[in-house]
Amino acid sequence: MRPLSRPLIGLLLAALALLVVFPQFAERYYVQLGTKVMVMAIFAMSLDLLVGYTRLVSLGHAAFFGLAGYALAVLQRDFGLVSLWTTLPLTVGLCAIAALLVGALAIRTSGIYFIMVTLAIAQMFYYFANDTRALGGSDGMFIGVKPSAEVFGWAPFDLKNRVTFYYFSLAALVASFLLARMVLVSLFGRVIDAIRCNEPRARALGYSTWRYKLSMFAIAGAFAGLAGYIGAAQDGIVNPAFLSWHQSGQALVIVILGGMGTLYGPVAGAFALIALEDVAASMTEHWLLLIGLFVVAIVLLLPRGLVSLSLGGMVGRVRRRDGRAPPPRPVREAGDD
Amino acid sequence: MDVSTFLVQSLNSVQYGFLLFLVASGLTLIFGILGVINLAHGSFFMIGAYLAHWLTVKTGNLFIAIALGLPLSFLLGLVVERLAIGFLYARDHLYQVLLTYGLILVFNELQRILWGNDVHGVATPAGLSASIPLTEVQSYPVYRFFISVACIGVAGAMYLVIHGTKLGMLIRAGASNREMVELLGFGVKRLYAVVFALGAALTAFAGMLSAPVNSVYPGMGEHILIISFVVVVIGGLGSIQGAFIGAMLIGFVDTFGKVFVPEAASLSVYAFMAAVLLWRPQGLFGARPA
Repeated sequence: MRPLSRPLIGLLLAALALLVVFPQFAERYYVQLGTKVMVMAIFAMSLDLLVGYTRLVSLGHAAFFGLAGYALAVLQRDFGLVSLWTTLPLTVGLCAIAALLVGALAIRTSGIYFIMVTLAIAQMFYYFANDTRALGGSDGMFIGVKPSAEVFGWAPFDLKNRVTFYYFSLAALVASFLLARMVLVSLFGRVIDAIRCNEPRARALGYSTWRYKLSMFAIAGAFAGLAGYIGAAQDGIVNPAFLSWHQSGQALVIVILGGMGTLYGPVAGAFALIALEDVAASMTEHWLLLIGLFVVAIVLLLPRGLVSLSLGGMVGRVRRRDGRAPPPRPVREAGDD
Repeated sequence: MDVSTFLVQSLNSVQYGFLLFLVASGLTLIFGILGVINLAHGSFFMIGAYLAHWLTVKTGNLFIAIALGLPLSFLLGLVVERLAIGFLYARDHLYQVLLTYGLILVFNELQRILWGNDVHGVATPAGLSASIPLTEVQSYPVYRFFISVACIGVAGAMYLVIHGTKLGMLIRAGASNREMVELLGFGVKRLYAVVFALGAALTAFAGMLSAPVNSVYPGMGEHILIISFVVVVIGGLGSIQGAFIGAMLIGFVDTFGKVFVPEAASLSVYAFMAAVLLWRPQGLFGARPA
């Protein structure tokens, strides 16, 4: 993983500052929309760990997003747990374990099979939720109370407040970004880098690439769980739509739109896509038609996403500190088919 | 389970399997030859079903509707290949997924604009609306037999085309080594367009045939798409034979899953896929990846 360039760090900090002051000026609707964007940003970022950094194109990432929502609802209803400090780690941990199991099956395959298998497994989650009466079937489940941040009678913040919830999800987004970067710059991240560039060579060097890919899948599942937790807590309801493959598809669109393999790209992509959806939905009832055409146009016209458009001039051409140009991204991996 | 129930369920399984085969063989052909993963494949199923509905209302006969709908869907396939898919051959699967996902959104919205959100039924053609009594309480609709027979006909025709014509030769050659066919100077571009349109037409045909049985509703293409993925994963990608076996297996697993474990019916096919993956990750007929 490349170190961020100075201008980019400045830009990201400026964006962060903008997000911090945003709720002070924005209407209620836009504060909630902003929270929704943050949830999608975390979710898309977690997918970027797989798609951009590990070259595992998952079309079933919504499985962990939705699982987190259902986990929160069940913990609240059946176990009476309302504290943020118990439900959040439990939910994220559960998602990591689920991702470990799903990954153990899916990572046996690669390339195009991986895409189809992840999609099919996520669909299994979808039908399970949709057909299980205890989980509310197609109506889903209510999450009656927002997770409480109280510890020993002292509450540092109150998530029932919309603005507080906004800041909570912003903090989660920033923490996820930093945490994901930490994972990527670690030794583990270097091996993941190696696997993406040339898996047979990484294997020849003695790395059990399967184990590394599986670990990354679990990490991404945990981040997706964080996103799903916040998303479900915000909505106060979780339903099969959380698990639907359109949720996975939208995240993939966001990752590509923003520019994969950057972490901040998907965040920008989430803002761009949700803003676009909001505008398109206010224009016509058939706004999905516009979004679909937009996606097609992006793939055909901007192969490297919005990043190549907006930041390209500034970041793309910046040389690395050691003076070498960034390595070109392989167009197509060997042994893909 | 008594014998006649078993018989009826088996017939249902086979009929469902044949329909799945039409869809999955299109998917597998397009992947095998064009190297494209086409998420919008299910949309052609939906388009076929809506064409059947719309043209049956206009002409009053499902057969005329199918006769008109087939060339229409073939043409639509050509147009989609020229305008979108054709730019994807050298691109990563990721972009193919994305673009065809965009196409799904486009097709779904177009369907809503043209035909609305209502569920439509399509009348079974007059000559085929009877049922064959099996016991006093059970009978089997003739139309379902017709579906199976029509699918066998198409599958047979496909076999003859693939193994007995020059187009078929090119298809087989293209599936095993695309670059070589190109180097030998054959018009690969046209071949690709034809194969894509054929795949689209096959799937649309399946949609038209199943319209009287399953009714016509928004989003119907997505369910069939994902099930076809399961079929192709089980059978092995790029193999027509694998698609056939996979489709039949899924037909039986799905139908009998509904009988034996109704509460987990929609899970059974995925559980089956998981089991196959544990055993043979490359599918039953897939070549072991290098």
